[in-house]
Amino acid sequence: MKTKENLRETAYFSIFRVSAFIGIGILFLTLILLFVSGYSVIDFNFLTKNWQHRDITQGGILPAILGSFYLGFGVIAVSFPLGIGTAIFLTEYSKNNLLKRIIKLAIRNLSGVPSIVYGLFGLVIFVNLLSFGTSLLSAILTLSFMTIPWIITASVESFESVPQKFRESSLALGATHWQTTRKIVLPAAITGSITGGIIGIARALGETAPLIMVGATFYLSNLPSSPLDKFMALPYHTFILATQHSSPYANTYAAATALVLITLTFLLSSGAIFLRFHYRRKKDW
Amino acid sequence: MNSNSKALYFSENIPKWIFGFIATFTVAILLGIFVFLLISGLGTFKEIGIKEFLFGTDWNPNAFDTPAWGIFSLVVGTAMISLLALFIVVPFGLSIAIYLSEIASPKTQEILKPLVEMIASIPSVVLGFLGLLFLAPLIAKIFHLSNGLNALTASILVAIAALPTIASICEDALSSVSQRFREASLALGATQWATIKKIVIPAAKSGLIAGIMLGLGRVIGETMIVLMVAGNSRAFPHSLLDAVRPMTANIAIEIKEVVVGSFHWQSLFMIGFILFVITFFINFLADILIHKKSL
Amino acid sequence: MNKIIITTRKLNIWYNGLQALKNVDIELPENQITAFIGASGSGKSTLLRSLNRMLDIIPNAKVEGEILFMGENILSQDTDVVALRRKIGMVFQNPTPFPKSIFDNIAYGLEIQGIKKKYEGLWQIFNNKKNNFVEFEKSQHPIDIAVVKSLKEAALWEEVKDRLRQSAFRLSGGQQQRLCIARTLAVKPEILLLDEPCSELDPISTKKIEELLMLLRENYTIVIVTHNLHQAKRISDHVGFFHLGELIEFGKTKDIFENPCQKITRDYVTGNFG
Repeated sequence: MKTKENLRETAYFSIFRVSAFIGIGILFLTLILLFVSGYSVIDFNFLTKNWQHRDITQGGILPAILGSFYLGFGVIAVSFPLGIGTAIFLTEYSKNNLLKRIIKLAIRNLSGVPSIVYGLFGLVIFVNLLSFGTSLLSAILTLSFMTIPWIITASVESFESVPQKFRESSLALGATHWQTTRKIVLPAAITGSITGGIIGIARALGETAPLIMVGATFYLSNLPSSPLDKFMALPYHTFILATQHSSPYANTYAAATALVLITLTFLLSSGAIFLRFHYRRKKDW
Repeated sequence: MNSNSKALYFSENIPKWIFGFIATFTVAILLGIFVFLLISGLGTFKEIGIKEFLFGTDWNPNAFDTPAWGIFSLVVGTAMISLLALFIVVPFGLSIAIYLSEIASPKTQEILKPLVEMIASIPSVVLGFLGLLFLAPLIAKIFHLSNGLNALTASILVAIAALPTIASICEDALSSVSQRFREASLALGATQWATIKKIVIPAAKSGLIAGIMLGLGRVIGETMIVLMVAGNSRAFPHSLLDAVRPMTANIAIEIKEVVVGSFHWQSLFMIGFILFVITFFINFLADILIHKKSL
Repeated sequence: MNKIIITTRKLNIWYNGLQALKNVDIELPENQITAFIGASGSGKSTLLRSLNRMLDIIPNAKVEGEILFMGENILSQDTDVVALRRKIGMVFQNPTPFPKSIFDNIAYGLEIQGIKKKYEGLWQIFNNKKNNFVEFEKSQHPIDIAVVKSLKEAALWEEVKDRLRQSAFRLSGGQQQRLCIARTLAVKPEILLLDEPCSELDPISTKKIEELLMLLRENYTIVIVTHNLHQAKRISDHVGFFHLGELIEFGKTKDIFENPCQKITRDYVTGNFG
């Protein structure tokens, strides 16, 4: 009987082990398929030239790369201060009452709302109500508000994990509340916040649905010179090439664009994972 | 001791006011999402009865003489893909979670867990594209279809997209079961698998269910994959090999063509509002389960 | 007869509506060690925390009455609480060094008063090699002077002088607690409040701290809350016995332990309850 049980255990465990490796395999399969489909057109020109939509083999995806970078920096500039600032208020300054708990709960759950809903929100507020039109600014604002709940939640968790006794000791030495927050709590919690922020940005850069609605374009002759201009972005570029372009090379170029995009998001995510790992090792409490 | 009170008052309160302002502004806008969606979509029910909207199976807003506004086909499209994706990803994700939490050596775990999480950084447009290029033709070949753009193809890809979520959260739930339980069970002579099946998994139950629910939320909200490979047919789907158009894809497809403020516009916002409510609610339930555990 | 440094008058404190301290009138003598003893929940820690306005950070605590320090009622609205806490320092039960180096822990109390470190930020990394304690002792920078002085006062200097830049978490529990005392001494308080400072330490560390407190008495007023009756007997000059929020008896240690006036005091100090 014992052998039978052992056999069953071995069988199950093998299934579990295989599942894990299939999972990882999917990751690598994605990279390999993309690479194989797109590597042939990636060269210096591809990355640095302007887009030629009449004959796509003559052009490069520089505008899309730049567009995504502008988007990324813009989202960081808006969502980090708003997100971390809100988290600081929630953990260090606000009273512990029902309203606060409801707000924390609501924000946590907002991070699970689909990106297309944020796109609709951006459409009605930024594009129409505030008349920013379909522009870089609208896209930055929309993606920022999509990322902010995630940043707030990660930051709140990080700040709350700083033990209360540090704050008490600091106050007992005659520090003000703000000095305590700034010199003791913030340094201890900031890495957790930043890690969450980086993951949020990586997500935002990979989003296409909101861009369909509030910003990106495929037909652009110049690089955007102001936030109110139209712009290109890597995910949207990939999407159009994959689904709506008639050139026989469209798929190859789509794969190449996707490769650049995935490199970006992977770099960011790896950075965040590394940061989190390194930080956990260093934490003294 | 009283002389510096005024300076103290300001140095203490200025940061408080600044952060308070930031927080109020941010939270107001976030909560405003709900409000704005509702307002933009509410006009729908002035012209269409709720029943007809939710349960009518004909969605044809651009029909020449009698436009139809029933979203039921769209809802079924969402449901089909979500359920099939869950059916695929839950056993898969749970297996990975069990492996990482209970079986893998610490070193293996350290390497594999981040790799599984990296799947989450594959943008869904990339998954959709690869699906279009490789999976759809494959499915078409296997089932002798003219193309592979249907619910099945979409579900497989959506399952991949949701895999990191489920694997990660379920792994956290299993890991946080106290080691003492495992030790006690093994000391009684139980095998590791029996321990996992009868002690660890039941103990982690609420976290596991929460993980599955968050996965559900994730699949319901997926837009790009379904936009690219689900087929986009407005007809009521009868099988998994039919082309479907889930609610998310419908919004993405039609929003570019509608007149701002028109009835069509409002109805799309109402669909968006419904999506918001459903996903928010699912997240809410999952959240309760997760936090109930840690009490 | 010693001069009185703190007086409370009709002090009443409530937590969440429940009264934790009832009508306490107490006079704490200067440059003496006063111990607050009593069972759990007797109010002794509550009284301690009211003396440096640490109850302010607890949202549901209500305080009524007067606490006079340096001739003024420190419970009034215009008291500069931040300056007060520099004059009345506190060490907690659980040793709490900051996640910083030993040096930076002590420097913190001075930094928040605006005194800048010699090497800030990146510079500090370059100067970390200089662990030479002789240089520190000779240094004229106010922070260096304060660090050396308070570490010596807390009897910790010899043990940490060649690793000032190391993380404070590497110290043992007893050393961490002495570090917290040194940190508090660096801001030059007049009174040192200690809330069961040895209850998490081993007997040897406890002994070291008790000896330290007795030396410090010369220059500081010390108030210590303790569960340990032997400790109270060993080191204190005066004792206040608390029970269910009331100050039952206050007097010279010898009197309280050998000749208490109240029966309940006698019961407690002879170990009949608590």
